[in-house]
Amino acid sequence: MIEIKNIKKNFGSQQVLKGISASFENGKCNLIIGKSGSGKTVTLKCMVGLFEPDEGTILYDGRNITEMDFHARKDIRREIGMLFQGTALFDSLTVEENVQFPLDMFTNQTAAEKLARVNFCLGRVNLPNTNKKYPGELSGGMKKRVGIARAIVMNPRYLFCDEPNSGLDPKTAIVIDHLIKEITEEYNITTVVNTHDMNSVMGIGDKVVFLHEGLKYWEGNNKEIMQITDGELFDFIFASDFLKDLRRNAKY
Amino acid sequence: MLKIFEQLGGFLTLMRSAFSKPEKAQMYWKETFRQAKDIGVGSLPIIAIVSTFIGGVSAVQFAYQFRSISLVPMWWIGSIVRKGMILELAPTVSALLLAGKVGSNIASELGTMRISEQIDAYEIMGVNTPAYLIGPKIAASVIVVPMLVVIAVALGIIGGWGAGLLGGFFSTTEYFRGVQDGFDGYDVFIMLVKAVLFGFTLSSISCYKGFTVQGGAVEIGKSSTQAVVLSSIVMMIVNFFVAFLLL
Repeated sequence: MIEIKNIKKNFGSQQVLKGISASFENGKCNLIIGKSGSGKTVTLKCMVGLFEPDEGTILYDGRNITEMDFHARKDIRREIGMLFQGTALFDSLTVEENVQFPLDMFTNQTAAEKLARVNFCLGRVNLPNTNKKYPGELSGGMKKRVGIARAIVMNPRYLFCDEPNSGLDPKTAIVIDHLIKEITEEYNITTVVNTHDMNSVMGIGDKVVFLHEGLKYWEGNNKEIMQITDGELFDFIFASDFLKDLRRNAKY
Repeated sequence: MLKIFEQLGGFLTLMRSAFSKPEKAQMYWKETFRQAKDIGVGSLPIIAIVSTFIGGVSAVQFAYQFRSISLVPMWWIGSIVRKGMILELAPTVSALLLAGKVGSNIASELGTMRISEQIDAYEIMGVNTPAYLIGPKIAASVIVVPMLVVIAVALGIIGGWGAGLLGGFFSTTEYFRGVQDGFDGYDVFIMLVKAVLFGFTLSSISCYKGFTVQGGAVEIGKSSTQAVVLSSIVMMIVNFFVAFLLL
């Protein structure tokens, strides 16, 4: 479980996070949603330690990452896997080398053991026979899958996904969502997904936290979110008039 | 002024991190060899071409001047080309060329990695990113630049010989008599000191500029240009102080 308590973050005079508290549960897909500029990415980057919050605490199963020194934080990071919005695959390395990199750096496994683990992870994300390809040779969906394979290769306890569906067609996006959900449940990982894709919210949102202007505005799950009939969250989810009409006429 | 100190502080902090203890030495060695190959093999053709012609031009220009002073023997040209190449031309010209080629490459590579979140990906894994991405580049540069400079000296001397023969200014025997005459090992020491310092300067400044870039494609271009300009200026300042203090 990951808990964030009263997280505040300023960039110069701009207050981006104004005191956000939330908990993200084990074995569930925890979604952070919100408009562009609402603070989703900053929250995620504070949680993984890429940004230092100005105030507040972040607890990984009770371990406060904000008070840790460099080495202790590095140990926690080895329990974290992350899928980046642009996948952040290493251009100069093949798919196999990308997925294998954490094993090379942090384990003493033999070459055969590492290859077996890489092949298992690539198989798990339905990407067999791509080992020798470079990221530039892959489609957007395939890159995301390689990103997921790299994120899970070290058996993480925590998985972070920043806009996993950005740039993907709706069908591929659903495949990626389901993959994240399956992996979360299969390995009992605490997964935090940053998204503004409503398909993801409805499909995998075991827990949903809605941010608005740097504050937590709403918290619930994908069933409860359908009961919302007005306010900022309603405007966000049913952004177009078409969807608003559809929602008003639906029998929920 | 405040910005200069801010940048200097940032540079020194980054350098300290770049030389901190590696997670797995084997991975760092592998990366250092890869960088050495990129910098060394990749830069060899341009260094070879330029230094050969610089040696040739030096020989031709001194021959042109010596012809008007009939008292100066032509075999001196060999001595002058050797001394000029070792003390100044090979290290300085090679370093300026490498600042343009390797420095801009390092800055744009790291800048692109920063913008495309590849550096963040390393950080999330728990990799000490300055140590893994910067340390091997600087180490490789410090090792490879002196090697390139030695090659540049050799090719410059050969270039001078070829140009002299083509112009009929001296015989092979005369030229190589000059090359050997009054050879001082201390000159080579100065050359190597310069080469090591230039290798460190051009790689560390380029790494700093690339690693700290913020923004997008335009900023990567700017940081790449700044890396070349700044490292060239700093190398010339270093060059002056080495000459001033050691000669």
